[in-house]
Amino acid sequence: MTGMSLIVKTVCRWLKGFILLFGVYIVLYGHLTPGGGFSGGVIIACAFILIFLAEGKLVETKIFSKNVAGELDSVGILIFWAAALTGLFCGGVYFKNFITTAAESHFKLFSSGIIPICNIGIGLKVGASLFVVFVILAAVKIVVPKKSDNINDHEEDEK
Amino acid sequence: MNHLIPLFIAVPLGAAFFIPLVSRHVKWVPDVFGNLTMFSLAAMSFYTIGQSEVYHLGAWQTPIGIDLRLDGLSSLLLIAINVIGLAATLYSVAYMRIFTSKLRYYSLFLIMVTGMNGVVLTADLFNLYIFMEMAAIASYALVGFGCEHEELEASFKYLVLGSLATLFVLIGVALLYGMTGSLNMAQVATSMQSAAQAAQGTMAKPYIFALGLFICGFALKSALVPFHAWLPDAYQSAPAPISAMLSGVLTKTIGVYVLARLLFNVFGISQQLLLILQILGALSMVVGVLLAIGQWDMKRLFAYHSISQIGYVVLALGLGTPLGIIGGLYHLVNHSVFKSLLFLNAGAVEYSTGTRDLKRLGGLNQALPITGKTSLVASMSIAGIPPFNGFWSKLIIIIACVQAGYYWLAAWAVFVSLVTLASFLKVQKYAFLDAAKMALAKIQHTPFFMGLSMVVLAILCVVTSLAVLSGFDAPVLIAPAADVLIKGLITL
Repeated sequence: MTGMSLIVKTVCRWLKGFILLFGVYIVLYGHLTPGGGFSGGVIIACAFILIFLAEGKLVETKIFSKNVAGELDSVGILIFWAAALTGLFCGGVYFKNFITTAAESHFKLFSSGIIPICNIGIGLKVGASLFVVFVILAAVKIVVPKKSDNINDHEEDEK
Repeated sequence: MNHLIPLFIAVPLGAAFFIPLVSRHVKWVPDVFGNLTMFSLAAMSFYTIGQSEVYHLGAWQTPIGIDLRLDGLSSLLLIAINVIGLAATLYSVAYMRIFTSKLRYYSLFLIMVTGMNGVVLTADLFNLYIFMEMAAIASYALVGFGCEHEELEASFKYLVLGSLATLFVLIGVALLYGMTGSLNMAQVATSMQSAAQAAQGTMAKPYIFALGLFICGFALKSALVPFHAWLPDAYQSAPAPISAMLSGVLTKTIGVYVLARLLFNVFGISQQLLLILQILGALSMVVGVLLAIGQWDMKRLFAYHSISQIGYVVLALGLGTPLGIIGGLYHLVNHSVFKSLLFLNAGAVEYSTGTRDLKRLGGLNQALPITGKTSLVASMSIAGIPPFNGFWSKLIIIIACVQAGYYWLAAWAVFVSLVTLASFLKVQKYAFLDAAKMALAKIQHTPFFMGLSMVVLAILCVVTSLAVLSGFDAPVLIAPAADVLIKGLITL
């Protein structure tokens, strides 16, 4: 519950910003360099999971509650979905690339039409949902009643 | 371009993630939004009748982009999925109160519908795999929705066998991609045909391996007999509307439909493949029904009947004649109507009395008149009593067997139908007709929405039987769907 030693906690506290930044970089430059929404999202989730591992279970609500993560997860996919639907309404075809890129901005950060938008959506989705999966696997403890126990008693305990 | 086609995927997907975002604070959102979504999808699905076109996503042309394809067969399946889905969500308004979280339920339900609509519409092999996984993973979670010991066990069993099936399918897709260099179904079919022509009609070995993988994978998904182990447990422990969806449309969409689509339209059907389908179908029919008749749990009994009725569909497709294909597709639609009605009936009985055990029920006709009457309609439909829909489709299948010269298969189908009748007489007698075994005061009334969806499905049982009025050769809606598969018979 209380987490690992002071050394581990301190190192993790220093590292978390860099890992997060690297994740954001991978997401934003997904259309130019290897990587993209999924891999960047995994790295973002890793930054939070690292703190979670170092500081112990109790820190969960302080850094990132799992309800907020669940909502970000929905927001992520809705960004992707909105990009596809906007293509339908602006470009006339579902998933149409409705942002045109000028020739001089090729290979710059702001290029590639809707791909960066989709990448941001996927990054949010993957980061949030991986974190939620980790929190649920780590924090939820399932109590299986032994056969000799009275099942009704157990149910009352849960209430 | 017909912009309804991508909306079948976009609308439920958006709704599935919009519901959890909003409804943590507003409690009525999941019910209203889930039902509105399914209602609009059901209405949209009727607009697809008679249309056929290829939709290029993002306006990228075929070899580069991903295509969606709407044709007669897709539109038939779309109508089945979304109408049955609407009935299930209507039913859930009242029924899912006994479970904990409507928010998660509707979210998963709509993801499952997204997956199924996608499977039916996609023209791309890898997207087929992805949509299949979407539908399947949502259904694993929904089967275990009650979170009790039995439900989790069933869900785990379903998950393991389902993952095995998707693994087979994925390897099959990879092999096809490696051999043909394309994932588009039409292009794969063309390059396979030219390869077969170059080799004087023999199929290269990787294709045969891929074919075997696909048959195993999709037979597991559609629970044909040697592959049926997961089905009874899963249907028994899922919430009633989910059992109705799984049995009514999921196994058909991600099992039978894809199998038929691949065998008839991508690989090209051959006599050996038809024989495999006939054997799988005939085995499923008889094993399913013989296992069913001894069951005392209502839902488990219905679950075994699902195996048997899917057997009819696969057998009819395996005849390889136009009439057989028409009969098979007609039975597929009819089965999705009456079997989902039966599962909803079982759910209503469980909701009102607290048990599904036939030995403890009895005399429910007085206490639950709507459930009693609709279940009588559904039982007579599945047993093949005229004028209900099941009679006509079974009749077409039997006539097709005789026409194709398979007399013993026709006799087999009649025998299975008789055993089906016997086991549904058992359900009617023990649950609805016998003397009451529990106090009437203890039995709760059926809520309005549950009654409504059961009545709608019972009316559909009669309405779908009207399709034969236009003649056996061209029932409305079925004919364009059958034409798609009949095109595949040319290679015979």
